[in-house]
Amino acid sequence: MEQEEQKVTSKLQVPETTAKPAEAFGTPADTIFDAKNVSIYYGSFRAVTDVSLSIYPNEITAFIGPSGCGKTTVLRTLNRMNDLIASARVEGDVHYRGASLYAKNVSATAVRRRIGMVFQKPNPFPKSIYENVAYGPRINGIRGKHRLDEIVERSLRQAALWDEVKDRMNKSGLGLSGGQAQRLCIARTLAVEPDVVLMDEPCSALDPIATGRIEDLMQEIKSQYTIVIVTHNMQQATRVSDRTAFFSVLRDEKPGKSDTRTGVLVEYGATQQIFEDPHDSRTQAYVTGRMG
Amino acid sequence: MSITAKAGPAIPAGPAHPLSQRRPLGDRGFQILALSAGLLVLVILVLIAVSMTSQSTTWFTTEGWSGVFSTDWDPAHNIYGAVPFIYGTLITSAIAIIIAFPVSVGIALLLTEVVPRRWSRPIVYVIDLLAVVPSVVWGLWGILILAPWLQSIYQSIASGLTGVPVLSTFFGGQGISGASFFTAGLILAVMITPIVTSLSREVIATVPVIDREGAYALGATRWEMIQGAVWPHSQSGIVGAVLLGLGRAMGETIAVALVIGSSPTITTHLFTTGYSMPSVIANQFGEATVGVFRAALIGMGVLLFVLTIIINLSARAIVGRSVRRAGGE
Amino acid sequence: MMAITTDQQTVDLREPGGWRRTKNQLATVGMWVAFVVMLVPLGFVLVTVVSKGASAISWQFLTNGTLPVNVLPVNYGGMGAAVLGTLEITGFAALMAIPLGVLGGIYINEYGGNHVLARVINFFADVMTGVPSIIMGLFIFTIWVLHFGYSGLAGSFALGCLMLPIVIRSTYEMLKLVPDSLREASYALGATKSRVTVTVTLPAAIGGIVSGSLLAVARAAGETAPLLFTILTVTSTNTNLFSGANTALSAQIFANATQPYTGAQARAWGAALTLIAIAFILMIVARLVTARFARYSE
Repeated sequence: MEQEEQKVTSKLQVPETTAKPAEAFGTPADTIFDAKNVSIYYGSFRAVTDVSLSIYPNEITAFIGPSGCGKTTVLRTLNRMNDLIASARVEGDVHYRGASLYAKNVSATAVRRRIGMVFQKPNPFPKSIYENVAYGPRINGIRGKHRLDEIVERSLRQAALWDEVKDRMNKSGLGLSGGQAQRLCIARTLAVEPDVVLMDEPCSALDPIATGRIEDLMQEIKSQYTIVIVTHNMQQATRVSDRTAFFSVLRDEKPGKSDTRTGVLVEYGATQQIFEDPHDSRTQAYVTGRMG
Repeated sequence: MSITAKAGPAIPAGPAHPLSQRRPLGDRGFQILALSAGLLVLVILVLIAVSMTSQSTTWFTTEGWSGVFSTDWDPAHNIYGAVPFIYGTLITSAIAIIIAFPVSVGIALLLTEVVPRRWSRPIVYVIDLLAVVPSVVWGLWGILILAPWLQSIYQSIASGLTGVPVLSTFFGGQGISGASFFTAGLILAVMITPIVTSLSREVIATVPVIDREGAYALGATRWEMIQGAVWPHSQSGIVGAVLLGLGRAMGETIAVALVIGSSPTITTHLFTTGYSMPSVIANQFGEATVGVFRAALIGMGVLLFVLTIIINLSARAIVGRSVRRAGGE
Repeated sequence: MMAITTDQQTVDLREPGGWRRTKNQLATVGMWVAFVVMLVPLGFVLVTVVSKGASAISWQFLTNGTLPVNVLPVNYGGMGAAVLGTLEITGFAALMAIPLGVLGGIYINEYGGNHVLARVINFFADVMTGVPSIIMGLFIFTIWVLHFGYSGLAGSFALGCLMLPIVIRSTYEMLKLVPDSLREASYALGATKSRVTVTVTLPAAIGGIVSGSLLAVARAAGETAPLLFTILTVTSTNTNLFSGANTALSAQIFANATQPYTGAQARAWGAALTLIAIAFILMIVARLVTARFARYSE
């Protein structure tokens, strides 16, 4: 089940368990994220088992695989969004730049200011376009209209939305089309200048043209951010990502129990290799279209 | 598309910056504030029970249980029996729900089954208008306009029914007055219609569409569909709605105080004067400076409180159960 | 009855006749009758209040601070004291009950989750909306007036107790409607829970919350029973909310309704019209707020 990948092994010493207060401070590393033997539970149900991988800086990493195999669950573990579900529990280590994300004194709020997220269905706030983008900087203590104007314009330019909305900044963010709304959400995320941007199937609710624009966007901002994207669309993974992680489900021994599909990481490597020369037969079955 | 170069993160994510932070004081404080506001509800309810009961103990101790539940009310002679008022409250509320039940359910069905969506708004506005008229205005109109007009009607009914066996016990008798149990019941019916209607609508809305369609698919007329699909599902919920209306009717003070006639009598003649618990408290509190008198009035308040809480608890439980059951199917 | 189809006969698709059809029509008529039955008293009351009240209303009526003796006809003195009393007492009650009610609704929906305490508070807030208003008056009498005397403030407390559960319920219902995706977006940007609630969730629900609160205020403004035991209806203006007995429109109407003098009765009608006008204005504003925010939010 576990795949040994040369590139995945961390070259760093993995800091010890959660007892030391120094845990929450990071040290420079070659990797942005290091996940080691991560299992995620909802109550007693094990949703994902024994995932180990590393995410590298300024790359786009794609999580692919059939539905229900835990891709989104793993993604949300990277910015502590699973905390919002009362029964969720994470076992194993997740390190961000060498610091443990799940150590006792780590603040989820601080984590999320560095690791942003764009969701599947665009969810702009019922505020003006300007206020949508300014929201993040504001809650981080940035006042000053001039400064905020700067940040808003810069973020909207980065999200390739500025030209379309610059004349209607005070209009509601809800009045945008799907593709524009998603770019607004991306601008909103970029406005706090995170280190990492997580994207959970960001284009699945959009038409192909809007999808294309967002894929172009991802390529453009790659040099400044690290991106992890969950996608159902294999072509998208081949188009944009540098590395791909293929998830699937454990073959369940007990037939008939429909909700006990536990997700597992099958193979992880350079995108080209995953699609052209998959090492695992399940990967091959999926990328050639034989499996769901 | 132009990209502005990233000028450097506003919040440095580098090594020196900790991921740890104590939970901000403001965040914790807000939670405590919200919790306290919620707890206020429980605190107030408990205080109501405690403070009012303690102020009314002299009534129970002086009169004893037999005195408290006697049928005589004579403050001049220190006799404080509550039964005439309990009776009046029950009778007027009964009249109210007997009239309000078909009217409210009828309107609710009108809105859910007959009137197309677009036209339901004006009807709902009218119901809201009905709800917003203050109780004291109903009472004012009741005593100055409605009661005098009804008096002559009652009189003709009563004289017409002399000798008729069952009906004359209710609608006959001497001492016919416009201000009476029946008038109070009428006004109460009007006042509780909005709430019974809106709750019934909520309940009826939970009837699954497939059940309605199933009935229609069998060739049922609308009324038959209502009988067969809507009614079985909403039965208990509507009962709950009516119970809530009952609770409102029992607690209604001012309109009843003005039109019930203010005379503590126990009689089956509905066209004669009577009294109710909240009305006597409202009317006589000003004169109740003597200890036991005031304790008696407050004590009746306690009785009323307990009664309405019980009715409301049952009503909410029934409505909740019916809505949940429908939702879970 | 539908005719049987065969090759030779035609299909009869007419409405089922006879008793079934009649019953259906009767039922529909019955429902409309129910509506009309409700319209009649509403119409009567409104027409009466407007016609009898309009003749009493004048600028003097609304502002003159001295309430005349009952015998005097309507052009002496005015209801100014009562108008001021209603505005002050209801206003202060709203000032207390609305923030507390909104916070309580926030607790139940945002922080309570599945905790027993939250469900208990929710349930009893519901029950509390059904407690008769006279009980609130008696309650404040026993707990405040007996120690501190009659005052407009006591009236505000009583009305506040009345409004609190209504505001809690309507806030809770409105917050429930805010989609979780908005909260998630805010969390993902690094907001704390209180921040999320105050800057995203609450603004998204604000239309419904404001309108629900306005309706609670309209209800409180019209209440009489809670005031009878707390403000001790007087006949002159008392601008001090916090000490001394006070008066309000509803209490004045109640006091005048049982008077045999035409002057007193005319004043009652005038006060009734004023009170209904206040309640209607609040209701209309509530509707407008709902409509405006509905457009903004979806």
